[in-house]
Amino acid sequence: MTRTIYEFTESFRIAFQQIRANAMRSVLTALGVIIGIVAVTLMGTAINGINIGFQNSLAMLGEDILYVQRWPWRNVDDWWNYINRPAIRIEHAEKLNRIIESTPNSLLEVAVPVAGRGSSVKSGDIKLSGVTIIGSTSDYSRIVTADIAEGRLYNDIEANAGRQVCVLGSSVAETLFPGRPALDQVVDIRGQHFTVIGVLAKQGEFLGLFSFDNQIVVPLAALRKYWGSRIDLQLRVKVKDKTKLMQAEEELQGAMRRVRSQLPAERDNFSINQQQAFKAQLDPVKSGIAIAGLFITGLALFVGAIGIMNITFVSVKERTKEIGTRKALGARRRTILLQFLIEAVSICLIGGVVGLALTFGIAVGIREKLPALPVEFSGSLIFISMAVSIITGIVSGFLPALGASRLDPVVALRYE
Amino acid sequence: MTAPAAPAAHIHRPTRPPGALVIEIEGVTKLYKMGAEIIHALRGVQLTIRRNEYLAIMGPSGSGKSTLMNMLGCLDTPTDGRYDFNGKNVAHMVDDELAEIRNREIGFVFQTFNLLPRSDALHNVELPLIYAGMSPSARRERALAALSNVGLADRIHHKPNELSGGQRQRVAIARALVNNPSIILADEPTGNLDSKTGEEIMALFEQLYDQGQTIIVVTHEEDIARHARRIVRLRDGLIESDARVH
Repeated sequence: MTRTIYEFTESFRIAFQQIRANAMRSVLTALGVIIGIVAVTLMGTAINGINIGFQNSLAMLGEDILYVQRWPWRNVDDWWNYINRPAIRIEHAEKLNRIIESTPNSLLEVAVPVAGRGSSVKSGDIKLSGVTIIGSTSDYSRIVTADIAEGRLYNDIEANAGRQVCVLGSSVAETLFPGRPALDQVVDIRGQHFTVIGVLAKQGEFLGLFSFDNQIVVPLAALRKYWGSRIDLQLRVKVKDKTKLMQAEEELQGAMRRVRSQLPAERDNFSINQQQAFKAQLDPVKSGIAIAGLFITGLALFVGAIGIMNITFVSVKERTKEIGTRKALGARRRTILLQFLIEAVSICLIGGVVGLALTFGIAVGIREKLPALPVEFSGSLIFISMAVSIITGIVSGFLPALGASRLDPVVALRYE
Repeated sequence: MTAPAAPAAHIHRPTRPPGALVIEIEGVTKLYKMGAEIIHALRGVQLTIRRNEYLAIMGPSGSGKSTLMNMLGCLDTPTDGRYDFNGKNVAHMVDDELAEIRNREIGFVFQTFNLLPRSDALHNVELPLIYAGMSPSARRERALAALSNVGLADRIHHKPNELSGGQRQRVAIARALVNNPSIILADEPTGNLDSKTGEEIMALFEQLYDQGQTIIVVTHEEDIARHARRIVRLRDGLIESDARVH
């Protein structure tokens, strides 16, 4: 055991002597590994970034919120089964809340009706189009995933009376009232004046598709006043315990069927959606990107590994006589094997560390200059790239090292 | 065959009484395949070597001298026959077992010194002890002792290219001695040295012999062989003569 330790340290000593003695050659060989590691780890940061962006996006939907809607959050081939589903109305929310209240130990907390409409808005000379106008009740505060940065949400009285008050998403506030407080200002939504009573904190984009900050929340009653009472709604149902989401969904399904007075044989005429649905749909896309990306970048690493293998073969050839001498002095096969493996691994590790440092620099640079690109450097990336370096060294150094270990000492000693 | 009149310097050399049996070779043959041809390098060699003998192995090229040396040094195994080293049968040992024997029992001295060029004298001498699994402090102590035994106590941190040929060979001899081996096996130890330095090295062997070492020198030079107390001559894979030198 101690012998192995001594042989190990001796091997590292030789490896670093060797790398220093052949500095140019070692640098060029390591370059292959550096490029490979940079490619792989950059891909890793991108995948990390995508993952985190994805999680953040899902968090905007709320981990403990179930969405009752006419359509499911997935592509449906049988659209005719959905198109004639009855709309979801505000009465459904009221009925559902009564059921929740009368159910002992209900897993559901509250159902909140939410309506959404695209519209353009303006304030003074500044006009902003494509803003989502959200209408809801005062319970909206219980399901909103964004913090309220300034002011407040409308209260019960304002909501029930359909007061013309509004809460702005952060980018709406920034655009309409650049550099000045939005509170108590007036926003013109399709000719109606709404007073700003609050501003939401910045949430970011949902999967890079649309911005959650590009919305205005108003009382549902006010919305219905101007856009008609038959406006299509969704119900957002808050769950008490997000770890029991599945059971909660089942309870909600039963409750909704009662609300909709469905017969036992009937199929649900509503869909219950949750962030998991997105996950299920996007996970294969995500892993597809990851596999393709890692495969392509892995090729760069593979080329680097071939370089290592080549240089180890050269090193073994050059030092055949030394191998003979070491064997004559009592080096066993695995001692020689270890020596050349450690040499290959050392070059790879140096390449790995340099490559990782480069990646870190690039990732920081991208985040500064191009914040839209998803990159995320993580601790596990350090671990993974070191492991990859070591494995690359072992894999590419193994054949030449095995050859060296099996050299006949008589032949090796005679080699000139 | 007796050596011609020995130089004056060699006349009063005492021959030390040989000790226990170290090497016992009986009926050893060695075949090589060279393409389709089979070469009989050794054709049945008989040889015993005792502790504290000083032996020279001679022979023209192709006589099997190198093959016998490789065999004695446990670098190679015989095709047939018996080879006992300190009572252990080494004829059928595998690579790593042979490495173990070489490490503990045999000190090699090569014609080309075979030092590690980027390591200093001390580390070169320590090398066999590393493979023996000795601790760094014990290693250093033993290596320093071996180096001062060959008169290089003041050169321990010199690299081979900072040493003269004779000094390099003395580092190699210190490396051969460091494990307290049963035999020192020297292959043309003066082949790369001028005659004066060669004589110095042979004087060092004489000194080691006096200290009780068992020395086997493989050479084709009569002048070198004459330092030994016993000369074994090979021809065509057989021992032609095995005689004491006086």
